[in-house]
Amino acid sequence: MKSAVADYQLDACRLLCPLPVIKTQNRVRELAHGDVLEVLATDPGVLNDVPAWARINGHQVLESGRRDGIIFVRLQVVRDTAVNSPHQ
Amino acid sequence: MNSSPATPPSTPRRRALALVSGGLDSMLAVKVIQAQGVEVEGVNFFTGFCVEGHTHAIRERDRKKPKRNNALWVAEQLGIKLHIVDISEEYKDVVLNPKHGYGANMNPCLDCKIFMVNQATLMLDKARELADTQVQQGEQGFDFIITGEVVGQRPKSQLKWTMPVIARQSGADDRLLRPLSAKILEPTLPEREGWVDRSQLHGFSGRNRKPQMELARQFGLEDFAQPAGGCCFLTDEAYSNKLVDLWQARNKRDYELDDIMLLKVGRHLRPRPHFKLIISREEGEGNFLEGYRYQFPSLELVSHGGPLTLVDGEFASTEEAELAAAIVARFSQGRSAERVEVQYNRPGGVSQLLSVRPLSPEEVPQDWYLGEKRRG
Ligand code: SF4
Repeated sequence: MKSAVADYQLDACRLLCPLPVIKTQNRVRELAHGDVLEVLATDPGVLNDVPAWARINGHQVLESGRRDGIIFVRLQVVRDTAVNSPHQ
Repeated sequence: MNSSPATPPSTPRRRALALVSGGLDSMLAVKVIQAQGVEVEGVNFFTGFCVEGHTHAIRERDRKKPKRNNALWVAEQLGIKLHIVDISEEYKDVVLNPKHGYGANMNPCLDCKIFMVNQATLMLDKARELADTQVQQGEQGFDFIITGEVVGQRPKSQLKWTMPVIARQSGADDRLLRPLSAKILEPTLPEREGWVDRSQLHGFSGRNRKPQMELARQFGLEDFAQPAGGCCFLTDEAYSNKLVDLWQARNKRDYELDDIMLLKVGRHLRPRPHFKLIISREEGEGNFLEGYRYQFPSLELVSHGGPLTLVDGEFASTEEAELAAAIVARFSQGRSAERVEVQYNRPGGVSQLLSVRPLSPEEVPQDWYLGEKRRG
């Protein structure tokens, strides 16, 4: 599970928090249950904020860290269809 | 989970949408309402001027502070979902044309509050519509909005007379509840309908923060952000001065997101009306400015270590480019050298090597520094 390959990638490099979180939120809204999204960023705040956002909204963080100086967070979309569908 | 149409419970759990800023007051407002069995979700608006996140991420000296987004952190503490909404584009109109004017600096607090509550009201209406049409999918609407506003507190928009103005002009009307000051305000719909018990709400007013601290203690909240003065950069004098300078220099009251981000970073000096220098103060800022090199001309020390500098505007002559290079050199490790070499790069890839004598601190007039009261 940990190494699940990303189905989608989101480039949030050079954006400062909370913009990467907003981009992640908006992208995840379009994805289906089980999809894996990898967020790439340069703002170190992303390492805290994207996982926090994922925890709050019930998505699963598979892995996060740095690769060649770029920060990545890989998360899997969890959609509890009956109860947790997004409002917007 | 629940695909068969379920019979709705006789007394549905009421749901509130809370404006979450990341500060203590909005946190308490949520707690007070949660304590009454109301389900709460949060919304946080990104205007581009928000203090947190950015600056912490940019400046090295802030590295010790946890680099977290306060609104997200608060939502996690409260166990609520948080919608972060980018309103930076629409918000321009609030900053540029506030009907109710500005506060002490360029902060249009009253218009800002009206705008944010209005955005929340639109969300409320949209969610309601969705809930009505998609009841089988389990879509739930919201019944009312809550904020952490306290009568008579900073920023100045939180006065007794502004509270009804915000409610009315935002379109939220009596669906807007301020749990921390409710007892000294007119009863709102959730109170009148008995969705919340008014007697369990609070009647805080004034600048004294003791009641909030006491309530925080009762709820067992220990770690929270206490923004001083306001929640955004527009309440900051130095920042406001830089924003006004930008408008003057461009002869136009307007801005892009990049402009207002850059106002948060570096030393800003305007030696001539038609160009400004943005000089990084340390590595973190340098890294941030690095990202703009392809958009802006830049100056970079070659012979010595020194800050990366962006040029906002155009040099009219080589003399002006040399003046700028000499200013930049004053902030470099070559400041006491006879001459230093500075490379002037233009976004198209053309560069020019300049050899200059660094200016002394006295040769850089105080009024070239934008937004700073003292030389920084
Ligand atoms: S200080 Fe708060 S209310 Fe005032 S303009 Fe900034 S975000 Fe809006």
